[in-house]
Amino acid sequence: MSNKRVVLNTKNHKLMIHETATSYLFMLPFMIFFVGFVLYPMFMCVYTSFFDATMGREDIFVGFANYVQLSKDPVFWKGLWNTLIIVLVSVPVTCAFSLWVASAISKMPVAATSAFRCIFYLPVVTGSVAVTVVWKWMFNNYYGIFNYLGNNLGLFDERINWLGDERFALGCIIMILLTTSVGQPIVLYVSALDNVDKSLVEAAEVDGATQMQAFWKIKWPQMMPTTLYILVITTINSFQCFALIQLLTSGGPNNSTMTIMYYIYYNAFKLYKYGYGNAMGVILAIIIAILSAVQFKLGQEK
Amino acid sequence: MNNQNHLDAQAARSKAYTIFSYVVIIIIAFLFLFPLYWILTGAFKTKQEILATTPVWWPSEFVKINFENLMSKRSAPLFDISIGGWAVNLFGYRFSFAKYVIAGPTVPAAMRWLVNTVFMAVTSMIITCITSAMAGYVLAKKRFWGRGILFSLIVCAMALPKQVILIPLLREMSALKLYDTIWAVIFPIVGWPFGVFLLKQFAEGIPTEMVEACRIDGASEWRTFTDVMFPMIKPGVGALAIFTFINSWNDYFMQLVMLTSTKNLTISLGIASMQAENSTDFGILMAGSALASVPIIIVFLIFQKYFTKGITMGAVKG
Repeated sequence: MSNKRVVLNTKNHKLMIHETATSYLFMLPFMIFFVGFVLYPMFMCVYTSFFDATMGREDIFVGFANYVQLSKDPVFWKGLWNTLIIVLVSVPVTCAFSLWVASAISKMPVAATSAFRCIFYLPVVTGSVAVTVVWKWMFNNYYGIFNYLGNNLGLFDERINWLGDERFALGCIIMILLTTSVGQPIVLYVSALDNVDKSLVEAAEVDGATQMQAFWKIKWPQMMPTTLYILVITTINSFQCFALIQLLTSGGPNNSTMTIMYYIYYNAFKLYKYGYGNAMGVILAIIIAILSAVQFKLGQEK
Repeated sequence: MNNQNHLDAQAARSKAYTIFSYVVIIIIAFLFLFPLYWILTGAFKTKQEILATTPVWWPSEFVKINFENLMSKRSAPLFDISIGGWAVNLFGYRFSFAKYVIAGPTVPAAMRWLVNTVFMAVTSMIITCITSAMAGYVLAKKRFWGRGILFSLIVCAMALPKQVILIPLLREMSALKLYDTIWAVIFPIVGWPFGVFLLKQFAEGIPTEMVEACRIDGASEWRTFTDVMFPMIKPGVGALAIFTFINSWNDYFMQLVMLTSTKNLTISLGIASMQAENSTDFGILMAGSALASVPIIIVFLIFQKYFTKGITMGAVKG
């Protein structure tokens, strides 16, 4: 109603010019930062991916050479593969775990709900560096508590070098990643569960539906938009998993924890191959865009 | 009768399940708290206790040695402000301004890192809130040419991974002579469109009549914004403020790429660089981690309510 009136008013050409001018004045401070430090770098990312670019000399145009080289780079494929493993494990586990926790704690008294919500969010707030440093200690083969507990509970005898062993390193990374990624989904699910139409749930219970039925038939469909959003953000976050790898393993041992994000960092900021790193960035962005689009499509069909 | 038994059994089963899930969640919650507990106690343990192969669950006595070691490692001025240091040619005359540097007293580098981090988080928070409130207001309440395109640009930019722009950003900052200054971290945070998106959603909930009434009463556009709109979207701005503060505090990748010299590091970056130097002196690392995480955890606990609101508001219609 109110929106319609504005549209009618602005049919007046002069008023529209005035509105546009003032609007852009209001947008200006944000636009300076947005265009200068987000849009322009995004454009440059695509543009530079067609150049052989490094420090201290002019860029040389090479066409698709960076992309061709990328397709032949075994470390890139290894990184892509590891990234996919991380995403395929952490996204479903994060979603399922946070849904379960949220549905359990949302039935508790308000104080308990918010206390648990806080606790599960703490690893995010603590910051990736502090979290990684303490996990590094806990995984240490001599002084770490994992080996102590494992040895004393009789699970294994030797002192395992968790982060230095090809068999375990990626698993350890995924485990830490999980603790830092369930916080936001839990907050979102708790509020989504609060917003579910209570009368429908009560009606179903009166009709003799079990709690399980009430959950899957009534609450779950209503929370679909939240689930969709959570799927998208956890996918993006898992793709961008970087600090853990840079601080714990640097992609090793033997590239077993190499991810695309770390390989971009390694190429760009250790080898100064800016063009090559940007080409990888473009590929990563395309993959994420496609995955988000697919998730949205699937979510809308349901 | 039979039916009644069936219902009772069902109720008992669901009650048992509830208790079971509570117990499991409490156990998991302890596991989530454990790393933080390990940081806080580890910071006060002696070297022997830290390097004990049998973990010491509670320090036998709280020692300050780790903090003293952390503080004695490196030093930097508490702050330094430089003015000038540039020259222009105007109509053949050369105007030059010598560089004046005002430097604070020399303190342990960790103190300087805390100063840097707080300055960075507060500055990005303030600028982000002002620019996002202004942009969010017009995107929600005004109909102007290019509005649709602008908004789709904002949404698209948000869906793309932030980190892929770091390489071009680094070169841009070098060209602007902002590389290795705290501004190189602040500006991209301000440019990130999440805040605009959030406050646009919030401003849409404010009745348009309010804005129109104000206009009819003859208030200028700016007055309409500052006196009517801004107070009404204040809860949204609060949520955005705390959200930006915590996220910029922990935005490690950007800081890692942009900041290099000792006096310009942030606290988490400083801890990371110490980790590279003394990778098994966990005492120092825990002391540093405690210093980096305790302030932000306190901020989070105080403003928790606004923070969760910020997260959920961003998701609505996301």
